[in-house]
Amino acid sequence: MLKIENLHVKLEEEDKQILKGLNLTVQAGKVHAIMGPNGSGKSTLSYVLAGRDGYEVTEGSAHLEDDDLLEMEPNERAAAGLFLAFQYPVEIPGVNNMTFLRTAMNAQRKARGEAEISAPDFLKLVREKAKTLNIDADMLKRAVNVGFSGGEKKRNEVLQMAVLAPKMCIMDETDSGLDVDAMKLVAEGVNALRDAGRSFLVITHYQRLLDHITPDVVHIMSDGRIVETGGPELALRVEREGYGDLTRAA
Amino acid sequence: MLSEKLIDDKRRSAEALLGALPLPEAEASWAREARARARTRLLEAGAPIRRDEYWKYTDPSALTVPSAPMATAEDAPEAEVAFAGIDARMARFVNGQLRLDLCDALQQPGLEVAPLAEALARDITPLRDLFGMLEAAGQEKVARPLASLNTAAATEGLALHATGTVAVPLHMVHQQFGEGAALTHHVVRVESSAALTVLESGTPGNSVLEVDVAPGGAFHHVRLQHEPERPTATHVFVRIGEGGTFRTFTLTSDGDLTRNEVVMEFVGDDATGHIAGAVLGRATSHADNTVFVTHGAERCESRQVFKTVLDGEAKGIFQGKIFVRPGAQKTDGYQISQSVLLADGAEFSAKPELEIYADDVKCSHGSTTGALDETALFYLMARGITRRDAEALLIGSFVEEAIAEIDDEALQETMRGEIACWMAGRE
Repeated sequence: MLKIENLHVKLEEEDKQILKGLNLTVQAGKVHAIMGPNGSGKSTLSYVLAGRDGYEVTEGSAHLEDDDLLEMEPNERAAAGLFLAFQYPVEIPGVNNMTFLRTAMNAQRKARGEAEISAPDFLKLVREKAKTLNIDADMLKRAVNVGFSGGEKKRNEVLQMAVLAPKMCIMDETDSGLDVDAMKLVAEGVNALRDAGRSFLVITHYQRLLDHITPDVVHIMSDGRIVETGGPELALRVEREGYGDLTRAA
Repeated sequence: MLSEKLIDDKRRSAEALLGALPLPEAEASWAREARARARTRLLEAGAPIRRDEYWKYTDPSALTVPSAPMATAEDAPEAEVAFAGIDARMARFVNGQLRLDLCDALQQPGLEVAPLAEALARDITPLRDLFGMLEAAGQEKVARPLASLNTAAATEGLALHATGTVAVPLHMVHQQFGEGAALTHHVVRVESSAALTVLESGTPGNSVLEVDVAPGGAFHHVRLQHEPERPTATHVFVRIGEGGTFRTFTLTSDGDLTRNEVVMEFVGDDATGHIAGAVLGRATSHADNTVFVTHGAERCESRQVFKTVLDGEAKGIFQGKIFVRPGAQKTDGYQISQSVLLADGAEFSAKPELEIYADDVKCSHGSTTGALDETALFYLMARGITRRDAEALLIGSFVEEAIAEIDDEALQETMRGEIACWMAGRE
C-alpha cells in the first residue's frame, strides 16, 4: 500500500535535515504504529506524505500503490486515497462543516472521474457515520472546527476519514489532547474502518492509544529514521522502559 | 497646506469642469439657487488633486477631465441585467440619460417617482428641501467637490418619495456607450414608517444619491458595480431621523477607477445605519471606499463593514471616519475593514479615523490585511479540494461578514453568485 524508501527531507527555510533515510512499507489491511520521542521527525513524515509546503525532499521516494506521492499536489494525494488526520485540526471560520465535507467528497470523486454524490445520499452517509462517532447535528452545521473542543476536533477528523473512505490513513498524534472517553470514541471509529483494503499509519508518542487500536506492526523512530520494528510488544516495552535504550541503539 | 499656485490650479480645473457642461435651464428658482450654491462650493474647494489629503490614495485625475455630456444613444442594446431573479422595477439610464421608453412602470403604491428634471422645474416638496442640501451638509468637515459638480450640473436622475412600504425594489440600471460625461443625481425621501429598497447596477459615471430617512423610515440600498468600464465617482448622502434605518451595500468587482463615498448623519435618536461593501480586484483595478459617519443624536448604531480581495496589481482603499458630536451619548459605532491579498503586487490601504466629542460612547475600529491562511489552504487541499476551490471557499467565507449586512436573503445570494463568478474567472 505505502512504500517509503530512503526518504531524506529538510526544512526549506532553514538548512535542517529532519528525515535521514527513512524506510517503511505498509501492507494493505495492516495497522502500523510509529512511536518515537519528540523531535524524531514523526510529524514531518506525516506532513511530507500529505504534501505540505515548507519541506524539501532531497533523496528517496514515497509511493501509494503505484502513485508517486512526491510528484502530486496535496489534493491529488487525497483523491488517490491518502488521508492525514491532523494533530491540530485547522479552524476554518465561515466554512460550514457539511459544505466542506461535500466539497471534499465531490472534488475527490471528480478527480477519480466519478459522478457527484447526490445530496440525499450524502446526507444519509454523513448522518450514519456521525452517529457512531457521537457527532451531533449542531457540530455538522457549525464552521469547520470553530469552537470545537479538542475531542470534537479529533472526532471530526475521524468523521472525515469515515466519509471520504481513504485507502491509507495517517493519524498524527490523534490521541493528543484527548481524555480517556474521547480516545475510546476515536479508537472505536478507527477500528470500525479497519478492513482488508485499508491501511493505517498511527503516529503516537504514547502507548495508550495502542491499547485501543491494536497495531500489527510497531516502529520506533529516532533522529529521522526507523530504528526498531516489532510487534505490539514493542509498544509495551516503550511504555515500560522509555525510549532511552531503543534510540541509543541507533 | 497646498501652495497658492496649487489652489489656483484647483480652481481653474473646477471652472473647466463646469465650463464643459451646459447650464441647466427652465428650472424653478429654488433649484437655480441650489445649483448656484453648489457651483460656489465647487469653485471654493477646487477640483480634487492627488495632493489633497482626502485623495492621497486615489488619483482623481481621470475623474477631473473636462467633458461634455455623452451623446444620446441611438439604441440601447439589451444589457445583461444584474440582479436576475430579483423582482424589481427597472429604471434605465443610457449614457447618463433616463430613458423612460426603456423603463418599467416606476410608480407603485407608496412610491412617487419623477424624473429629476421634472421635479426641479416644479415646486415639489419635500424634494425642494433636499436637492443639494444633504450634499452641502455632507461637506461640513471635508470638501467633496465632485459631488458639488454633480449638484451644479446634473439634470438626469430620479426624485423618489416613499410614503408607505414599497413592495417591489426599484432597480436603476446604468449603461454607457461612447465618450463624455454622465452625471446622475437622485433625491429620495422616505417618510415615517415607509420602506424602500433601491438596487443599482452598471457604471453611473458621476453619481449622487441624497437620501432623507424620516423618523421610523427605512431605506435599503444594494449596488452592484460589475467591472465598471469607466472611471466612477459615486456619493451617497444620507440623513437619518429618529428610529430610522439605513443600509447600503456595494459589491465592486474590478474597474480602472472607482471611488464610492458614503456620508451618513444621524439627526434623530435611536437610529441605525449600516454601510458595507466588498471589493474584488484583479489586474490593475482600483477601488476606493470612503465613508464618513456623523453621530449627531443619542443611542444610534452605525456599522461599517468592508471586505477587500485583491489579486494581480490591484489596489484597494478604505477611508472610514466616525465623528461623534457633543451630546451624542450612547453612540455605538463599529468599523471593520479587512483585506486579503492574493498576489505580491496587490496593495491595500486603510485609514480608519475616530473623532469623538461625547464621553459615553462605544466606538471601535479594526483593520487587517494579509494573505489567505496557508494552513487552512493545506487542510482543505489535504481533503482533496483543489487549490483554486480551496481559495474560493476561504474567500467566500472572508467576504461573508459584509454580505451578511444585506437584509435580504435573495440579494445576499445574488452577491454570493457574483463573487463565485469572479473567483471562477481568476487565471
